[in-house]
Amino acid sequence: MKSLHVWEAVALIVVASSIGEVLLSSAMKRIGDLGLLRASKGIFAVLAAVFSERLFLPGVAFMAIGFFSLLTALSWGDASLVAPASASLTLVLNAVLAKFFLHEAVDHRRWISALLVGVGVVLVAR
Amino acid sequence: MNLRKYLVLVAVMFFGAIGDILLARGMKDLGPVQLNHPLSLIAALANPWVFAGILCLIGFFGSYMTALSWADLTYVLPATAFSYVLLALLSKYFLHENVSAFRWAGILLISCGVGWVTRGPELTRHPQKTEAVGPSGKIQATGDTA
Repeated sequence: MKSLHVWEAVALIVVASSIGEVLLSSAMKRIGDLGLLRASKGIFAVLAAVFSERLFLPGVAFMAIGFFSLLTALSWGDASLVAPASASLTLVLNAVLAKFFLHEAVDHRRWISALLVGVGVVLVAR
Repeated sequence: MNLRKYLVLVAVMFFGAIGDILLARGMKDLGPVQLNHPLSLIAALANPWVFAGILCLIGFFGSYMTALSWADLTYVLPATAFSYVLLALLSKYFLHENVSAFRWAGILLISCGVGWVTRGPELTRHPQKTEAVGPSGKIQATGDTA
């Protein structure tokens, strides 16, 4: 039963943080290049633009759910499984969500990169 | 991609990896956190390692949001995955953890993935409603929605 709980936690981490990443990416794309905005109007204009963007706080909320589920799962003592499994699965789910919701051009190059990095993360965390 | 944008990606990697290392170092001082005493996490802020780690993670979040403002998510995530390599190396030299053959193999794979994705375009250009067929026969976007 314990292992089932761990995988439920991994699923929650992966889904919540992927939704958060997609929302934040979408929010930042709607604002445009933050570096150029800061250069022309200053750092406070950047902060105002970011915090008034309606997708920003929901994105942060989903990232926070992912983060606290990760902390909870890590406290169960399966760090060597939970951390790499959730990091690499998040990469792959992000590629899928980015393709369908952000309409990013996820070509062979990006699929292969996501998979290489995903497998690499699992090995690094062993 | 220009130098400023590469520096932002480097900042994402360094702030992320160093922030995680500082937090891990601080939490080792504090011991296991009891979930039924969530306020003990507030007390963790008094630990200088944890505090410095949080400052780094704020820097990470700022540079990560900046990168997402001009590059695709499927570009930024693999491109900044080099922080996992930094994390492994910092763990070896700073936290004195062992870096096994598996870890070195993982570092190699991540480096290949990072090198591979950063050679491609960083942003998907979505053509606006007004499209024109260029001389090459390809559809050219007259507006840049990105």
